[in-house]
Amino acid sequence: MRDALSRVITGAASLLATACTAGFAAADNLPARDASSQVERGRYLAVLADCTGCHTAPGGESFAGGRPIETPFGKVVAANITPDRDTGIGNWTDEQFDVAVRLGRAADGSWLYPAMPYPYYTRMSKGEVLAIRAYLSSVAAVHHKVTSNQLPFPFDIRAGMRLWDALYFNPGPFKTDPAKSAEWNRGAYLVNGPGHCAACHTPKTHLGGDRDHQTLQGYSVQGWFAPDITDSTTLGIGNWTATDVVAYLKSGHNRFAAASGPMGEEVTNSSSQMTDSDLAAIATFLKNVPGESVATRPLDSHAPVMMAGAAIYQDLCSACHNADGTGVAYLIPSLAGASSVASREPTSILRVVIHGAQSVATAHEPTGPAMPAFGWQLSDAQIAAVATYIRNSWGHAAPAIEASAVQKARKAAG
Amino acid sequence: MTARTLPRKDVVIVGLGWTGAIMANELAGAGLEVVAIERGPWRDTASTSAPNYVQDELRYRIRHDLFLRPGQTTFTFRNKTNQTALPIRTWGAFMPGNGVGGGGLHWNAETWRFLPSDFVLRTHLTHRYGKRFLPADMTIQDWGITYDELEPHYDRFEYLCGTCGTAGNLRGKIQEGGNPFEGPRSRPYPNPPQQQPFSHTLFGKAAREMGYKAFPQPSGNMSREYTNPLGVRLGPCTYCGFCEWFVCANYSKASPQTTILPVLMRKQNFQLRDNSEVTQINTDSAGRRATGVTFVDANGETWEQPADLVILAAYTIFNIQLLLLSRIGKPYDPVANEGVIGRNFTHQTISDVTSFFDRSKFIFNPFIASGSIGMAIDEFNGDNFDHGPHRFVGGGYMGQMQTSGRPIQTTPVPPGTPKWGAKWKAAVRDNYLSALKPGTGVHGSMYSYRDVYVDLDPTYHDRFGRPLARITIDFHENELKQNIFLTDKFAEIFKAMGAQQIVKEYRRGPYDITDYQTTHLCGGAIMGTDPKTSALNRYLQSWDVPNLFVMGASAFPQNAGYNPTDTVGALAYWAADAICTQYLKNPGPLVHA
Repeated sequence: MRDALSRVITGAASLLATACTAGFAAADNLPARDASSQVERGRYLAVLADCTGCHTAPGGESFAGGRPIETPFGKVVAANITPDRDTGIGNWTDEQFDVAVRLGRAADGSWLYPAMPYPYYTRMSKGEVLAIRAYLSSVAAVHHKVTSNQLPFPFDIRAGMRLWDALYFNPGPFKTDPAKSAEWNRGAYLVNGPGHCAACHTPKTHLGGDRDHQTLQGYSVQGWFAPDITDSTTLGIGNWTATDVVAYLKSGHNRFAAASGPMGEEVTNSSSQMTDSDLAAIATFLKNVPGESVATRPLDSHAPVMMAGAAIYQDLCSACHNADGTGVAYLIPSLAGASSVASREPTSILRVVIHGAQSVATAHEPTGPAMPAFGWQLSDAQIAAVATYIRNSWGHAAPAIEASAVQKARKAAG
Repeated sequence: MTARTLPRKDVVIVGLGWTGAIMANELAGAGLEVVAIERGPWRDTASTSAPNYVQDELRYRIRHDLFLRPGQTTFTFRNKTNQTALPIRTWGAFMPGNGVGGGGLHWNAETWRFLPSDFVLRTHLTHRYGKRFLPADMTIQDWGITYDELEPHYDRFEYLCGTCGTAGNLRGKIQEGGNPFEGPRSRPYPNPPQQQPFSHTLFGKAAREMGYKAFPQPSGNMSREYTNPLGVRLGPCTYCGFCEWFVCANYSKASPQTTILPVLMRKQNFQLRDNSEVTQINTDSAGRRATGVTFVDANGETWEQPADLVILAAYTIFNIQLLLLSRIGKPYDPVANEGVIGRNFTHQTISDVTSFFDRSKFIFNPFIASGSIGMAIDEFNGDNFDHGPHRFVGGGYMGQMQTSGRPIQTTPVPPGTPKWGAKWKAAVRDNYLSALKPGTGVHGSMYSYRDVYVDLDPTYHDRFGRPLARITIDFHENELKQNIFLTDKFAEIFKAMGAQQIVKEYRRGPYDITDYQTTHLCGGAIMGTDPKTSALNRYLQSWDVPNLFVMGASAFPQNAGYNPTDTVGALAYWAADAICTQYLKNPGPLVHA
């Protein structure tokens, strides 16, 4: 008999949605709210800013912190931002809160690390930040001490952030571009401000600052590649319509793709709870972010690695993803035309093949299908071959992946 | 050990298979606080199965990975009342499921409706053939519900599942290509039929040339992608042939996991306890009202779950056992012919024909299959033909429904082949692609008898010290005659297809508990119109304890010549509708005897 333990599984805390947190899992059954109140305005802004994504630990109390955020330099643990006076921010003044959120300075004057995305939150107005403060003051105070700074030397010296800010931090609220539509401006504000999309999707310098000339062109973070979300048809999401973008953000799925990993968490905690007009604004903005296109040619389909990859694909992948890589709309992601497949770095494709992936389940798309792990079944060379094949088929073109890269990916995500 | 008491719920559901999931979703949807208690483990497609390991015949088919372990609980069996029953230590004739999804996870997804006449069987047969035509010890009954009443609920279950098929009767108008004998459907199947491989197509062609109306078997394996009314999505079947005994890893087979659970598990007012076995339904001192259930968790700790409404939704035999152990309803006594719990227990009358074709001309590729693929005819089911000359009642569908070419079990060899060794291997190799063995090609009814029943075993106990359920079952002459007639008719079609050699494998008595037949155990807690001969009223509500409803095929007064799941699902929706629209407004008996 299998070694079994009785468990209680309630509501969205099921295995299907382990990333959910109790406070925000009830998206299906949200009570009616007074939209005009400061607290409600702050609640919605906290959704836009996805505060809970970092400040609520998996299975933990809402906003009580403890969620480690992995950066290229080490771990930063998100703080307790409940009104608890000892371990939270109950003792902070509104002014201190505003300075922390928009200028990256803690109540004691020390520098915050940009794992806290203040370089984006700075685009919010003071009034908006104080609304978030009002909302956070309304949640339950939780006594939970968090040691945020777990970085190794020398990164643990907060004063080093003074230099970082001088290099990369451009404070100040969002400025409307009068030449653009109101919807575009709203989208630009959401993407560049509270939504902090660039925090994951924009390539970074060695010091972790955004490479501004490559905005939203994709970056490896937390063992995934946050793909290019520009309008490039070869590297980005240029073949998505605005409706596809809205469907993806709202439900975690569209006819091409499924959100999993950190993006699945973002959908659960943030974009699935945004208004349709805000999602439409984000789509309008993203569809107007020009990307780069690559003119590289795919590898020769008769190359040995491509033939090996094609054989593996036919045996193990095609039953679900189809021989032409198109998948099944809303259920099995399309590999053809997928920005996460053709990405500059193969982080996500290797991770998903090795470890599998659980797509997000939402009220609008409750199915939550998963990709099985193949890491136990395929050797490094086989995974390299099938990933190379996928990245050089159906219009994609990318350099061949070496077996050593697969070995590295196994360790990185393991 | 004293049971600790949990907070009261509106509803406690015993078992989270098809009927438990349907009831949970309907009752939680009505705003009630619902808890389901499931004996086995949590299972979902992502964590339980993956296409790169699930097609493992040894693990799942031979070693029964998904099923209950007889060491956990079993039952005893005998053919006749004068024999001593012995405990089953390896599953054989049927396969008790275990875990979330229950039988709905490992079924083939054959999704048949019963005939209108099946629901009024005794009335219909005595009207057509006279009272004396039926054997004296045959205890068939009317169900207390009509096909027309159940039709909207069949429809609902089929649209939940995305059933694939060709309608044969749309609102009374017979449709070309479907089953002309079926009851009227209010609308077409939600999806077109699956594609049929060569052997199935050939069977359909031969049957049509013989004057039969061949049609594709209704299938819960998807012919295309489908989004059900709950918003849950299924993918197109890949025809891999690993359906029955397996979890579909491609989201292509209708199951609670692929149709309901993604929505149910999100509901805040629904809670599941897995790996927890209900040991008793508790009642008040008068035995007139259920107060909840007692269960034992995986640590062996005993808990009481109080609830206002109890839904018993376990497998047939465990429904019966739990009612007997809880002293709800009068146990059936075959000698006095009194009592209701355990009465009218039935199974199915299955047989097969194996046929061998010229391998230079026929390559059937049996591994291209799905669990409910196939072409069938229904001319010899129920009362679709005149039984007068044949001196038996009942019947079944028949068809070329080979649902897999899995290598361990798909080894048909001609009679006279050695059982092992080089000659056996050569014969398997020579015949694998050109022999046909439909599996359950003849799917016959089993009607109920006075001496076929379930009671509590006087000797053997489970690990909690509770008596095991004891099955007393044998085939009767009526079913054996039916089977010979049907099997002969079936073999004629394979002859017309061009088979060189045909082996008829009639169902013969005595009933063999070691030989897999189907998992369609029925009856034992049957619905009806008279509390003296039925445990439940027409809404599956206990006559004795009105806040107890009992789901599943245990409610069938006798079994028809079809797979039971469509009717099981329809009855669950029918009962849920009665609870939501009638019972909740005025809790109490919905039918006054």
